[in-house]
Amino acid sequence: MSLLEVDDLRVSFATEEGVVHAVDGVSFSIDSGEVVAIVGESGSGKSVTAMTLMGLTRSPNAMFEGSAKLRDLELVTASDEELMSVRGAEIAMVFQDPMSSLDPVYRIGDQIVEQIRAHDHEISKAAAMERVVELLERVGIPRARERVRSYPHQFSGGMRQRVMIAMALSCSPSLLIADEPTTALDVTIQAQIMRELSALREETGAGIILVTHDLGVVADIADRVVVMYAGRIVEQGSLDDLFYDPQHPYTWGLLGSITRIDRDRSQRLPAIPGMPPSLLAPPEGCHFRPRCPFEFDSCRSVPPLEARVQDPPGHRDRCWLTPEEKRAHRQVDGEIGLAVEGTVTS
Amino acid sequence: MARFVVRRLISVVLVLFAISVVTFLIFQAMPNGDPALRLAGRLATPETVQAVRKQWGFDQPIYVQYLKMMEQILTGQVISYTQQLNVIDEIKRGLPATLSLAIGAGIIWLGLGILFGLLSALTAGKFLDRGLTVLSLIGVSTPVFLIGALMLYYLGYKLSLFPLGGYVKLTDSPWGWFTHLLMPWFALSVLFIGVYSRILRSTVLDTINEDFVRAARAKGISERRVIVRHVLRNSLIPVVSLFGLDFAAIIGGGAILTESVFNLNGVGQYAAESIGRLDVPPVLVITMFTAGAVVVLSAVVDIIYALLDPRIQL
Repeated sequence: MSLLEVDDLRVSFATEEGVVHAVDGVSFSIDSGEVVAIVGESGSGKSVTAMTLMGLTRSPNAMFEGSAKLRDLELVTASDEELMSVRGAEIAMVFQDPMSSLDPVYRIGDQIVEQIRAHDHEISKAAAMERVVELLERVGIPRARERVRSYPHQFSGGMRQRVMIAMALSCSPSLLIADEPTTALDVTIQAQIMRELSALREETGAGIILVTHDLGVVADIADRVVVMYAGRIVEQGSLDDLFYDPQHPYTWGLLGSITRIDRDRSQRLPAIPGMPPSLLAPPEGCHFRPRCPFEFDSCRSVPPLEARVQDPPGHRDRCWLTPEEKRAHRQVDGEIGLAVEGTVTS
Repeated sequence: MARFVVRRLISVVLVLFAISVVTFLIFQAMPNGDPALRLAGRLATPETVQAVRKQWGFDQPIYVQYLKMMEQILTGQVISYTQQLNVIDEIKRGLPATLSLAIGAGIIWLGLGILFGLLSALTAGKFLDRGLTVLSLIGVSTPVFLIGALMLYYLGYKLSLFPLGGYVKLTDSPWGWFTHLLMPWFALSVLFIGVYSRILRSTVLDTINEDFVRAARAKGISERRVIVRHVLRNSLIPVVSLFGLDFAAIIGGGAILTESVFNLNGVGQYAAESIGRLDVPPVLVITMFTAGAVVVLSAVVDIIYALLDPRIQL
């Protein structure tokens, strides 16, 4: 049985302008020790998906459908008490912005102790603090015994993200959700943080959901990739499937817009033309249709997410084009990319 | 810390100097403000007025008068023009009533302001929030003399629940002290409860959307703990600074209306009566006393600030 099984998850929010379908039928699963990356641009629903797993999107204006099962516990309908005991203990989260994710008025050590003692009622404060020191040492914070008494503002961004990771690890969770953990950090720190995350998977066997828009990070660490666009999964598969045999034009566009060291630098970096659709009034049929150069009649109905290429059964996409057409269309200058006006197609 | 104390002491001196000069000059510039005329009485002859003027030194240059007045104030010898009583003694006599009023009302308005503000923020947009919003607007816009008069008439006179004004010393009768002050405390608090609950409501609503609050929820701690330890703790900072200033103003005699309506004979009431008689020495001393209280309490606020928020260094 998978660690986490998400099935047709839907999240919508009632706003002043109307109902926003932020997550529109998302299904994926993750096993222990596996890293699944959820990729997409801002507003694609990737963060909402991740936070819904922890019940952090619950509000009077939010509506949920579908299922997300952590082993036997249904997270979508779990009571507040059930969620409270899962949060931090079974599922832990590392947030996007380490600068603002720690409470400025409490010491680092006390903030982690608070989480440990929320789930272990027997442990003494001193013993919990001892564990915090070990955790901080493990994520590479020097002089951890002294630094537990520091306040968040006395740490740099990278250090704070290590603190957040230490906090996430404090109760040995079986699932770690990292929501763009390196977006707010500079590049050298990004690499260190990603190394911590990979090491952690090896040591603890936890499953990791990595939410990101950075395909470079994905290539480093992920086993499987889920590509989201405007609230829906447009393609999912193994890392190799996605990078070497991408089926959806949006994935081609993403891959084509990565900066690469072996690409001719005299050309401008290709971008996907247009803007993501408003989720208040998404386009009929395929959500990517208005930006897709290969749109045709069938695209007015929603393509189901299914396996269209024969070999790897886990490789699924939402595009009506045949695999042969896709192979032909995705070549731009001999590389994978999305052919747009102004780009030379070969 | 030592540097902080020294800086604040210097600022006390500067503020007291500035405020005393301004207050003194205002009375000099005021039309019909010649104290000799009033001291000499209504039917005095010009000769008597002249004699009084000479006797009190009102014929001297302004700066000499100012320095003489300051000397009298600093040595505790300052005498009011109309009652001819020592001003410092009069203030000391009124201070217990004023302090009792300020401390009791301060506890009530801080407690209820925080409670209503927090409830309002947590039920934002719902019935309770709307009800509290209307109540706080009524509280802010109802003058204390109206609330005080209504309380005195209905609770004091009609229902005879509370005594009709006056002040009883705590040492004479603790129960009498309490019952005499209960109405003034609430009458004075109404405005502040309204203001504080509105301010806390908006700071709580800002704080509750902070990333660290979401991160605190993700730890698996109870919602109550999230609200009290993380949201409320971070929202209290603006309220603390306001409280220091308001509290200082009331200790310094700022609750003129409340003290007068309930006849508490405190510092504020003394100030009101002295202003009515254009009696310069008491007004000057009370003004300096208020300014001093504000400066000292704002230093206390800064210390509490530093305790509440570790990012702030004194």
